[in-house]
Amino acid sequence: MSEPSSTPKAGLHIRWDRVLIVLATAAVTVGITMLLLNIFERKEEARNPYIRFVDVTEETTDPEPWGLNWPREYDTYKKTSEPTSTKYGGHGGSEAVPREKAEESPWLPRAFAGYAFAIDYRDRRGHAYMLQDQEQTKRVTEKPQPGSCMQCHTSIIPTYRRIGEGDVMKGFEAVCKMTYQQAHEEVVKTGSVNPVIEGTAQVKKHFEGAHPVSCVDCHDARTMHLRVTRPGFIRGIAALMASKGIPNYDPNRDATRQEMRTFVCAQCHVEYYCGPKTTLFYPWNNGLKVEQIEAYYDSYKFPDGHRFYDWKHAETGAELLKAQHPEFELYSQGVHARAGVACADCHMPYERQGALKVSDHWVRSPLLNIARACQTCHPVPEEEIKFRAEAIQERNHALLQRGGAALIDMLDTIKLAKAAGVTEEQLQPALELHRKAQWRLDFIAAENSMGFHAPQEAARILGEAIDYARQGQITALKLIPPPKSATSAAMAR
Amino acid sequence: MAENMFRPRRAIFACILLGIPLGLGAATFRYGEGLSYFSRDPQACTNCHIMRDEYDSWAKSGHHHVAVCVDCHLPHAMVPKLIAKARNGWNHSRKFTLQNFHEPIMITPPNAEILQENCLRCHESFVHEIVVSQSAEGRAVDTVSCVHCHKNVGHAPTRPTGEMSWIGGPP
Repeated sequence: MSEPSSTPKAGLHIRWDRVLIVLATAAVTVGITMLLLNIFERKEEARNPYIRFVDVTEETTDPEPWGLNWPREYDTYKKTSEPTSTKYGGHGGSEAVPREKAEESPWLPRAFAGYAFAIDYRDRRGHAYMLQDQEQTKRVTEKPQPGSCMQCHTSIIPTYRRIGEGDVMKGFEAVCKMTYQQAHEEVVKTGSVNPVIEGTAQVKKHFEGAHPVSCVDCHDARTMHLRVTRPGFIRGIAALMASKGIPNYDPNRDATRQEMRTFVCAQCHVEYYCGPKTTLFYPWNNGLKVEQIEAYYDSYKFPDGHRFYDWKHAETGAELLKAQHPEFELYSQGVHARAGVACADCHMPYERQGALKVSDHWVRSPLLNIARACQTCHPVPEEEIKFRAEAIQERNHALLQRGGAALIDMLDTIKLAKAAGVTEEQLQPALELHRKAQWRLDFIAAENSMGFHAPQEAARILGEAIDYARQGQITALKLIPPPKSATSAAMAR
Repeated sequence: MAENMFRPRRAIFACILLGIPLGLGAATFRYGEGLSYFSRDPQACTNCHIMRDEYDSWAKSGHHHVAVCVDCHLPHAMVPKLIAKARNGWNHSRKFTLQNFHEPIMITPPNAEILQENCLRCHESFVHEIVVSQSAEGRAVDTVSCVHCHKNVGHAPTRPTGEMSWIGGPP
């Protein structure tokens, strides 16, 4: 403004070549600085795997404060609320709840006649929904269920500790005896003790509310080491190891880190009894194979002296077993377990974020993350891996549907026999075969890998299921007295 | 003309202008362990973090006492070695800085060729019968890759594995 208007034009002459040199030098400097910062950032990441901003404790069941310290793990953990689906698993739709399993396997409701699973039995969703889906299933809203169901659907250990007055096992026993609604109320009451920043101080505050499985269920709040917490699992794995000649097994003391990377999942993804007649238990005293579990159930007596069973089938009257979701048991029979591969290797594969190696806490099907889940060990194209896995599942699915058809045929025949006046006592051998057949069929149907966890073992189990179902059908058929007219016609011939 | 005359102040300014990126570049080079890439120290390969698993498993492998990274992964003649080093150096630093590459990382075809040559460099007298690269008529044929089967000799499973004690016994 103060420049005199008479300034000669030559003074404004700009040397573009020099401007260009300045800009180019500036650009190079910017580039080098960014590279320097990038290297700095990576080096820092490698140096500090995490920083503990807030002090989480054993009572912090709310995962959010943990997320302040371990944001990478927490971010992936939250993704378990995203719908995912594979050819045979899960729920990829935008609807509020997953579809009924009966849409895929129409024989299921009849197989579960007289049991809550006949009312409502849906596809799985991610970990984020485990509590909500349990609260809302008609199996819980329309039928009375015991408090033991909560063991695996919520972050419950502080509740066990509070009710057992410091003794988790005692609290566990007590909560198992409650109704589902009572247990749920107790968990909400226990809530979470969260670290909260007030000004410059960090204080602990209590918040009511129940959370689905969270950090504290698998990680020691002080050291972050993997650990197992579920009382049912701790007893079950000790019984299993005792059957192998290892007494007083404590997974938190005796297991290797690689074993723990399976055990944390095996706390819940297993077969168990959680009904009202006795405390929740895992049936591993004889071993993990389908017939070893069956033998244990057959020898198990309820407090009233009756042989173990889950429910009486409404059509046949057989005392049946319900398989839960024996992923750990089936996987243990497969080649991956024998090769030393843990659940977390495929379902929570390491993911590199910058210079850090982070375990993916978006627990999901490896088929949705083939590069990291499979290619680390199997350096073949993704398409080929997907094709191989799906081929296994397709074969298993075909055999499973064939098993369902055999089961329905057996049910029809037993029904016919009953209508023809055959007594339940006479039918007993057929009902025992019903128990054996359905236990095996359900073991594979309820297991969440469509046979992939141990393909040959799954086929063996389904083969036995089909055989027992047909044996049951033949046994019932032989008991049906031939119709009079047909008999006389045959005699006349 | 005055403009074409040597001007000391301008020259100093230009020197400072060029000196800043030069110095910054040198500092970055130093901070990024640039000199280590001229060595054959295996630690240099873990500078950018991604080779950590490979390095750790190499330290436990059957080859760690006879071969370091460059023995298997670079040609041994001077010129091809420098070319391969430059090519890989450029690719690695570019991809790691921009963070855009397929994971798990996999060896590229030219590097796989170098690797195969290095297997043979030591083991050829023992395996020459099975790595014939010419047919009887003299046509070149695909030779079998050593690491197709012996994939764990240098380094490998980047996955922890271990015996699962609860399984035990024969299947």
